[in-house]
Amino acid sequence: MNTLAFTFAGQPLLAMGSGALWWPDQNLLCVSDLHLGKSERMARRGGPALPPYDNRETLTRLAGDLHRTGATTVICLGDSFDDVEASAALPEEDRLHIAALQAGRRWLWIEGNHDPGPVEMGGTHRLDWVCKGLTFRHIALPDGHGEISGHYHPKIRLNARGRSIARPAFLLDHERLILPAYGTYTGGLCSTATALTNIMAPNAQAILTGAQPRLVPMPR
Amino acid sequence: MTQIPARITDWFSAKGWSVHPHQQEMFDRAHEPATLLIAPTGGGKTMAGFLPSLTELADGDQPGLHTIYVSPLKALAADIRRNLRVPVDEIGLPIRIEDRTGDTSATQKKRQRADPPHILLTTPESLALLTSYEDAHRMFDGVQRIIVDEIHALAESKRGDQLMLALARLQTLCPGLRRVGLSATVEDPEGIAWFLSRHPDPCRIIQADPGPDPDIAMLQTDEMPPWSGGGAAYAIPAVMEQIRQHKTTLIFHNTRAQAEIFFHNLWLANDDGLPIGIHHGSLDRQQRERVEAAMVRGDLRAIVCTGSLDLGIDWGDVDLVIQIGAPKNVKRLVQRIGRANHRYNAPSKALLVPANRFEVVECVAALEAVKAHDLDGDPRGAGPRDVLCQHILTTAAAGPFQADALFAEMVAAGPYAQLTRAEFDACLEFCATGGYALRAYDRWQRLQQRPDGLWQLRDPRAAQRIRMNLGTIQDTDTLKVRLRRNRGGKPLGEIEEGFAASLTPGDTFLIGGQIVRYEGLREMVVEVSRRADKKPKIATFMGTKFATSTQLSDRILRMFSQPDWPQLPVHTAEWLALQRQMSQLPQRDRLLIESFPDKGREHLCVYGFAGRNAQQTLGLLLTKRMEEIGLAPLGFVATDYATLIWGLDAVSDPRPLFRLDALRDGLETWLAGNAVMKRTFRASATIAGLIERNTGGQRKSGRQATFSSDILYDTLLKYDPDHLLMQITREEAMRGLVDFGRIEAMISRIGDRIDLLRLDRVSPLAAPLFLEVGKVPVKGEAEERLLAVESARLMQTAGLEPH
Repeated sequence: MNTLAFTFAGQPLLAMGSGALWWPDQNLLCVSDLHLGKSERMARRGGPALPPYDNRETLTRLAGDLHRTGATTVICLGDSFDDVEASAALPEEDRLHIAALQAGRRWLWIEGNHDPGPVEMGGTHRLDWVCKGLTFRHIALPDGHGEISGHYHPKIRLNARGRSIARPAFLLDHERLILPAYGTYTGGLCSTATALTNIMAPNAQAILTGAQPRLVPMPR
Repeated sequence: MTQIPARITDWFSAKGWSVHPHQQEMFDRAHEPATLLIAPTGGGKTMAGFLPSLTELADGDQPGLHTIYVSPLKALAADIRRNLRVPVDEIGLPIRIEDRTGDTSATQKKRQRADPPHILLTTPESLALLTSYEDAHRMFDGVQRIIVDEIHALAESKRGDQLMLALARLQTLCPGLRRVGLSATVEDPEGIAWFLSRHPDPCRIIQADPGPDPDIAMLQTDEMPPWSGGGAAYAIPAVMEQIRQHKTTLIFHNTRAQAEIFFHNLWLANDDGLPIGIHHGSLDRQQRERVEAAMVRGDLRAIVCTGSLDLGIDWGDVDLVIQIGAPKNVKRLVQRIGRANHRYNAPSKALLVPANRFEVVECVAALEAVKAHDLDGDPRGAGPRDVLCQHILTTAAAGPFQADALFAEMVAAGPYAQLTRAEFDACLEFCATGGYALRAYDRWQRLQQRPDGLWQLRDPRAAQRIRMNLGTIQDTDTLKVRLRRNRGGKPLGEIEEGFAASLTPGDTFLIGGQIVRYEGLREMVVEVSRRADKKPKIATFMGTKFATSTQLSDRILRMFSQPDWPQLPVHTAEWLALQRQMSQLPQRDRLLIESFPDKGREHLCVYGFAGRNAQQTLGLLLTKRMEEIGLAPLGFVATDYATLIWGLDAVSDPRPLFRLDALRDGLETWLAGNAVMKRTFRASATIAGLIERNTGGQRKSGRQATFSSDILYDTLLKYDPDHLLMQITREEAMRGLVDFGRIEAMISRIGDRIDLLRLDRVSPLAAPLFLEVGKVPVKGEAEERLLAVESARLMQTAGLEPH
């Protein structure tokens, strides 16, 4: 399993190449911004009919990470559904897929701006959740401590000997950890955007996702 | 109507002009359903097209729109309006003429729909947009003639395919519509006629007197061209001298980057301070317009340019055209030469400047082809289906439609005459439901079939979104470049996003002939300053790199078979003779492969003469095969005529490498994950309406709301690899950047006549390849390794330790 180990707020954590966060001590896997139902929502609103395989792909990757880690607790860190209607309109196949993943696991849905209400799905619904000094919430607060959040879909761009490489990334400083988006149909906000440079400490670091996660100073 | 009215002929006489024979013939044939005029630049083509309209409109009885004129350039539409205004006003004809392009104001556009002029000058996109309105039939009621200018250029692009579909629509609205095409000299007038006419209507081809042959030669320089490269810096003094000797010189380049470098060097050598400008498609519009205006006024002595000046507008008194770099394509060369000496019956003067030694051969071959009137070109094949999908959506935006009627209309358009009903149905299905194997959108279909059988938009608001995304021109991902000022400095132009990403503050690059310093990126605008204190990086533009045409490649191979080469400069002839002595010269019906060691590595040089894109593809496929066989290739480089591969082991038997079926298998797997495919997919998916460039009223929520089209491609590849858009993408890539067709043609021509020569060192013909830029490493884990090194370096530099 390709992971990168680091310590955050005193807790040993592992960043996975897929963009998931693994907390071995708690047997806990955290993923953010799944945006399930994105293609359905676009079509519903009169937009183009995107390939309707995004839920399947996202859940398949999640199933792989659950299998590899054997996690017993799962935290979906908000924007799990592209909107509340999308969660209601989820095809039976995907609903069963989620139910299968939930079986025998504690499952927390953290509310996001896209899915502010409770969804009709098994698991617990929370605004945020605290464990061993770590706070899990969707959008980082200006005064957060030991806070793990998502929302921004951070990505970074590096210039490695003339080759420009852009990848989703974890952002990390002493007080907060921002997860990349896990959903298939998600884009990214570059770490140089003011929204991210304002919130992250000057010495923040980034962990690139990919075959082997890598740590670099956060480009700003 | 058999005679041009006296008022008009009197005006001609008053100007001291007479009606050209081809203008008269166009007039005599004006009642025919379709006519195509082939005439050189300056042959009074536009007047030939408009004469029948002016005559028919002379009595002032026409209530509304009579003639639609379509040109590929907005600027040309405006130019023609001004030029047409003069005779109409001087003769006193009661004719309203207006243009309608992307630059026309919204109020003006609205008024035109309610009260159209007699003659409307527009572009393919604006015309397609007009056909998408519910009330299109009212505006187009009574239209008699449509004139398609520069049809030879449109016929080579999807813009032309879209235009022909719009014409098919128009023809249904106005059954009496007559079509006129105006074309520069082309190799295949019948092909253009087929493209223009409604099927199965005939199309008359009228050939104007082509005028005298051009006065064309290679530029004589004191210095010899270098062995490789495309800059032609060696020729700067000689070019400068030509500029001094002529009134206005157009200096054509094949790429924008080369134009920038050349302009920079020319400027450094411009001791007399002659007014010289630069013009290419990546420059800011205002800047381009300033150069154009200066040119028309005759203020400029030279303009360094690219294909952006290939078309149309009468650029004042150009008396010399210089082509830098091998022309790659004889037809385009002839059309460019036509830019000089815009007067009918005066020879155009042109000079070719080879950028390197091999291009000397190519330039001489091109000169011979021009003298022999041997133009090149490949038949374009059936109209692409992504354009068809967009047309279906455009039609739906105008109102409910019947599938049978739409199909009948489409197959009347030249590019789609061979379209099968099954292909059409697949496109309709794609527009309606997405066409996926997994039927997910039954509730949210884009198009729905009503109980009466007509198709319509499910959500009428979608019409607006469709209109906003209409068109087939692809913007590459470019970023605007501005001078850094307090509040938005002067715009300079655009650079590619990928190039922008490779810049770090302090880096310098060339744009619009100036060296600028990268300061930073603000709100997706590249901010620069004029502090130039480093050697510039060159801005890289997507701009097409043309491959040498099949016909020109064949000519070069024929020249190689001569016993000696009196037509070539001595240095080049000696080079070829040395190659013949040390190795062989490539022949058309055989494939020459040289194998030799150099600096401890084994090299393989394959002289396929299949053009840059195909040689590049060949390099990728061969190295893949070599990797499978265990020949440890390390990298390759490709030019228009050869591919050079280096690796650890020598190839002793090339035959297994060139088995067509094995190469094709390799192509399938290699293509799937290839960047070329992803880029092609993005273009086709955008045209077909799967990706919206403009989402208009939707909230602008920052970049995280949009995601890369690569994700869509990967998803389809995994879950729905036979989806319509994947089929279209494969077709497009095969005939475009991948150009596998030319590899197939080469291999089937050659069969097993492969000559592998083992040499003890690099051959004269192969040597320049070592100096070529654009070497492609054969990589597997390369990116991961690069990242590992870079990550460690960055952390160390920052004084950080991994946790």
